[in-house]
Amino acid sequence: MGYLLLANEKIFKGSLCGAGANRPVIGELVFTTQMTGFLETLTDPSYFGQIVLQTFPLVGNYGVIEEDFESAGVHLSGYIAREICDEPSNFRSSGGVAEFLKKQGKIGLTGVDTREITKIIREQGAINAAVCPEDPRKLPEEEYAGLLKEIREYSVDSPVLKATSDKIEFFAASAEYDKPFNVAFWDFGAKGGIIRSLTARGCGVTSFPAGTGAEELLRKNPDGIMLSNGPGDPKDNEPIVAEIKKAAAAKIPIFGICLGHQLLARAFGAGTEKLKYGHRGANHPVADLETGRLYITSQNHGYTVSGDTLSPKFGRVTMINDHDGTCEGITYSAAPAFSAQFHPEACAGPRDTAFLFEKFISLMKEKR
Amino acid sequence: MPLDTNIKKVLVIGSGPIIIGQAAEFDYAGTQACRAIAEEGIKVILVNSNPATIMTDAHMADCVYIEPLTADVVKKIIEKERPDSLLGTMGGQTGLNLSMELAGEGYLDKMGVRLLGADPVTIDMAENRESFKAMLLRLGKPAVPSGIVRDAGSALKLAGELGYPVIVRPAFTLGGSGGGIADTPEKLAKIAAGGLRLSPIGQALIEKDISGWKEIEFEVMRDAAGNVITVCSMENFDPVGIHTGDSIVAAPALTLADKEYQMLRSAALEIITELKIEGGCNIQFALYPDSFDYAVIEVNPRVSRSSALASKATGYPIAKVAAKIAVGYRLNEIRNSITKKTNCCFEPALDYVVVKMPKWPFDKFVYADRRLGTQMKATGEVMAIGSSFEEALMKAVRGAEISMTTLNMRGLAEKTDDEIRALLKIKNDTRVFTVFEALKRGVSYDEIYDITRIDRYFLSKLGSLLKTERRLAGVSEEYVPDELYLSAKKHGYLDKDVESISGAKIREKLHAAYKTVDTCAAEFKAATPYFYGGYDSDNEAAEFIDRDKKRVVVFGSGPIRIGQGIEFDYSSVHCVWALKKMGYDVAIVNNNPETVSTDFDISDRLYFDPLTEEDVANVINTEQPDAVVVAYGGQTAIKLTGFLHRSGAKILGSSAESIDLAEDREKFDKVLAECGIPRPKGLTVFTAKDAIKAVEELGFPVLLRPSYVIGGQNMVVAYAMDTVKSYMELILSQNIESPVLIDKYLPGIEAEVDAICDGEDVLIPGIMEHIERAGVHSGDSIAMYPAVTLSAETVDTLVEYTRRLALALKSKGLLNVQYVIYDKKVYVIEANPRASRTVPYISKVTGVPMVEAATRVALGEKLRDLPYGTGLYKKSKYVAVKVPVFSFEKLKGVDVLLGPEMKSTGEVLGIAENITDALYKGLLAAGYKMEPEGGILITVLKADREGMLPVARRFSELGFKIYATRGTAKFLEANGVKAEAVAKIHQSEENTLTLIQSGKVQYVFSTSEQHQEAYLDSIKMRRAAVEMSIPCLTSVDTASILTVCLKNRGEYQDFAPLDITKMQR
Repeated sequence: MGYLLLANEKIFKGSLCGAGANRPVIGELVFTTQMTGFLETLTDPSYFGQIVLQTFPLVGNYGVIEEDFESAGVHLSGYIAREICDEPSNFRSSGGVAEFLKKQGKIGLTGVDTREITKIIREQGAINAAVCPEDPRKLPEEEYAGLLKEIREYSVDSPVLKATSDKIEFFAASAEYDKPFNVAFWDFGAKGGIIRSLTARGCGVTSFPAGTGAEELLRKNPDGIMLSNGPGDPKDNEPIVAEIKKAAAAKIPIFGICLGHQLLARAFGAGTEKLKYGHRGANHPVADLETGRLYITSQNHGYTVSGDTLSPKFGRVTMINDHDGTCEGITYSAAPAFSAQFHPEACAGPRDTAFLFEKFISLMKEKR
Repeated sequence: MPLDTNIKKVLVIGSGPIIIGQAAEFDYAGTQACRAIAEEGIKVILVNSNPATIMTDAHMADCVYIEPLTADVVKKIIEKERPDSLLGTMGGQTGLNLSMELAGEGYLDKMGVRLLGADPVTIDMAENRESFKAMLLRLGKPAVPSGIVRDAGSALKLAGELGYPVIVRPAFTLGGSGGGIADTPEKLAKIAAGGLRLSPIGQALIEKDISGWKEIEFEVMRDAAGNVITVCSMENFDPVGIHTGDSIVAAPALTLADKEYQMLRSAALEIITELKIEGGCNIQFALYPDSFDYAVIEVNPRVSRSSALASKATGYPIAKVAAKIAVGYRLNEIRNSITKKTNCCFEPALDYVVVKMPKWPFDKFVYADRRLGTQMKATGEVMAIGSSFEEALMKAVRGAEISMTTLNMRGLAEKTDDEIRALLKIKNDTRVFTVFEALKRGVSYDEIYDITRIDRYFLSKLGSLLKTERRLAGVSEEYVPDELYLSAKKHGYLDKDVESISGAKIREKLHAAYKTVDTCAAEFKAATPYFYGGYDSDNEAAEFIDRDKKRVVVFGSGPIRIGQGIEFDYSSVHCVWALKKMGYDVAIVNNNPETVSTDFDISDRLYFDPLTEEDVANVINTEQPDAVVVAYGGQTAIKLTGFLHRSGAKILGSSAESIDLAEDREKFDKVLAECGIPRPKGLTVFTAKDAIKAVEELGFPVLLRPSYVIGGQNMVVAYAMDTVKSYMELILSQNIESPVLIDKYLPGIEAEVDAICDGEDVLIPGIMEHIERAGVHSGDSIAMYPAVTLSAETVDTLVEYTRRLALALKSKGLLNVQYVIYDKKVYVIEANPRASRTVPYISKVTGVPMVEAATRVALGEKLRDLPYGTGLYKKSKYVAVKVPVFSFEKLKGVDVLLGPEMKSTGEVLGIAENITDALYKGLLAAGYKMEPEGGILITVLKADREGMLPVARRFSELGFKIYATRGTAKFLEANGVKAEAVAKIHQSEENTLTLIQSGKVQYVFSTSEQHQEAYLDSIKMRRAAVEMSIPCLTSVDTASILTVCLKNRGEYQDFAPLDITKMQR
């Protein structure tokens, strides 16, 4: 048995899987509507500190495939699925998801009505919750009140610094490129897919920890700077924003994705805000305002750039979410920079916007 | 790019009669398209030969033509209506081929008609095998190694290079007809020859056999601006090797890692982009299970059966969106009518799993070859939605109406392990049950996988069901433990099965709660109530129910099958519409994804679940309706009557009692006696001895049928005692303790009456007369409205008998009565107080909206207050002839001989001002090429020789050469008709079979007694005719009609197409 206790005191009973826990595991509860790609979700550092619920009921069907990981481990706090397959089938599979969670020391909960929980998140907004090994209703009153307080007050402390890597690392461009671009990659809790998208297109990528200063980055004489995705509230990263501002002054091509997009916008003075329950899935339509074309994108974000706070002096919103009109992309005039809120590197999700990497490369080509 | 205002008048082409490979899904698509275009203020002209459809209702389009779907006819309509555009991607392969034919010869250009949705050049890229391969090569997408051939010789040569086995796919044939897998040169020669003949362009693809690869489909959409999305992925439980229409299918794809999924999704989008399709498209892939190797199998540049399934599986209305795109809209300019908050440019996210299961006609055709391959054999399908694969599969199985509610198939338990292993190798309709049995015997996933190539994931799901059953079987308590009961419910087990497997009782029955299909996995609140049942506690349906309104639940007709087709969906939908019009809040329950009734905006609430007693009781528990309706859902709904009555539901219309009065033979006899209505004399027997005695008493010919089946199953007409004896032997061998009914068979004229009764008065919208004499199932007969040869006196008798019967049966609503007129005397054959197959047809030709009138009457209105009067409704100025259509070429081993068992899959209508024109149109629409010259072959029973004489004479006069089997030839010669004698198959090497294969005959007339063993000469010969696409007529009456039509052929060439919305009544 296992339980999910929401900050609004709703309780769902299911079965625990993965690693055991002596005490409740707390996190911000979010849902993703992706139907494939649970491995990428599990290993996406942007989920740091969150309890992630899969709306698709059948998870783990193709088991664990290490080469599909987006990072070395699991960063989310807890994982909820209606059913986790215990007999996976795929030619690359090396085992089941429940076993993997256990190895990663992560708690999982299955057998709950994930749709009902999703509806609560949709109506109330992203909500804090705890996965509990014991029925919280059976806790002594005081302990229960304490747990509830803890859930309600929970927030992640500097998740970027926890999700970023702690060392500088170099990723070589694909062998067929003899004159690779030199890309400085600012890792805020990056998905491996972004780096792979760059190296596959002829970029040699040097990854820097999130805390790296602009000067150190620029010292590598990069052709371009890539700002990665990452977890948490963009507002909590003002020192990094200040460094990005410095880097942008060098007029080197910059491409930001997800958190990188938000931080870049903040560097240019724009504000960010929290979405009610975020965009997490592989089916979000994004409209390119310049061409009128629409693209299906992979998304995972709880915050968004407030488009109207971006000064036209610095740039303009060039892509919006076709569902709710939120900012999905910015092209800057003050610097050779652009950014996307969604994930052009896919992993998981549609590859329809991979051309943005080509755009980044053309920018670097122009500047070379 | 919003609406293209240059488009003012669109011609929409439907798909014609229901045949295997092209069923109700195109009524659904066509109906959506017509509505979507009309709501833009664009005029819609519709042509479709199928009268049983909703799309051919007078109010569906501005002009509706129920006319043959031939190029000549469509040209006439274009010349009359002068549309500026044509939409041909909604009418299946028929509509597409017809559009391409008109575009190809430059006709559309000449007439200034724009082809919407697709460009002929790109259609050709998808449909023509060579350009298809070239297109894939250009895109760098792999095709299955293959080559194109135009003759059998090149096929053999190519196969030598590719290596056997190879698959033959003839170009441009419906549902893959004429194709097959060949593992030897001998087999290849045979299949290739047949396939090439069937291909309208004489072309076939010979390709390497990739059987056993995963079969994955994507439904993709594109708008004119180039925006592309995928609506749904689907994965076949049965890997490549079984036609996707015959496969169990899951949606979304369940075994693909994101890398594999995105690889195929991207390929699908690149292909639709290259083809520049404006609308929907279906793309099929084969994926090698042990690497990233894949191949593009096929692209259908139009809406399809799969797109109907994808629409229902996701809630995304593909046909509607495709139609909007065709008239200029972009994906993001079309509202998502489920969420009403988002638009159609997104990809549906599912939070449930869907399983589709085919419905095969093998219960009707017991002698048919049940093996499945590249030729589709299913007539219909069911879809099931569940929160787990197990639940969805179990719902699909019990919804398919194959007398099974679990995976345990009768007869398998008795087989040895070796027999089960051997059975696993056979790809047939029951393989999934064999696999389940094999798991029970402890055969490993690996072994089963090696034989069947069914993915281990799916095998593990069957294994999971087995585990549940074992846990149930292990219960030793008096009551099933609550936790186990709940998990069995979540795996889709019915209460009765939980109890029978466990031998324990259920303490407290759980009721299903309903979840919503909302296209977005609950990310946005859905405004459209489309539900499926499950066993969580949250019941989303409850909040959609308007408790202040009177509520009615209508039960639909389930999967399309022979004997219960699209016409019942027509009636169900009309009932819903009528109830809504009268202010009721209406819910519908149905599980057929191909239908209009399961479109989410037909009823106020749609429950997409099976129609078993328990499923239905669950819906009633949530709905708490004021009344329920069973009268329009065919046998599927009717058989719920007793249960619903017992559980206290109020049945709208004829009561359970009156349905029983009509169905119970003894009670019905009593009613007839009271009414003074004769019926053919009959007796009930249990043994062969009694049967012989009964037949002696009644005298030949007799009609034999078991009492336990309905719909003409296992009926025969016997002319000799041998037939009676072998029939009794067959029936008794099945150990069914149910009597056999023997009736005197009266070879008279059959008439059919549809009536509406309000308990006091009776309205008869129309009387139909059948061309074929009694003995041919009414669904297989050519029917004429109004009756042509019946005397005024007979008509009066029919009206009076119908009135008496309707009142005596206390029917309220629709009543269908079948009569035979023999020796000027009228006899009743049967009466059914419910919607019949002919309701749409008669409603359309007479203009009486029969379902609406019947629904009003059922709710208490009186006929005399309705505008249609009482008694026999005034005759239409037009004559309408319904002609049945068969799918014999798809069903190997099935005899085409017509008899009391229904064999047709669909029907067409011919409407004209006189009977001969109407007949000609009907035959043309049914696919008769009406060849004006050549030869005919006659081989008939002695009893039919006399009747065939005028037929032979007329053919002879028309200049046809007459061939006949020896006895018949002699008879014809003796009566002055020159005929060449031909040996029967067993008599000589030059025989009827070789004659048919020589192409010298254009028509075959063959009658014989009903023995269904396929080895008989006559059956072999008839099958040969079917395989050569030569019309084979098995009734003297049909033959006579054909000669009349052929004789006057020239005069009919320029008949005018009729717009039924402007028919003067």
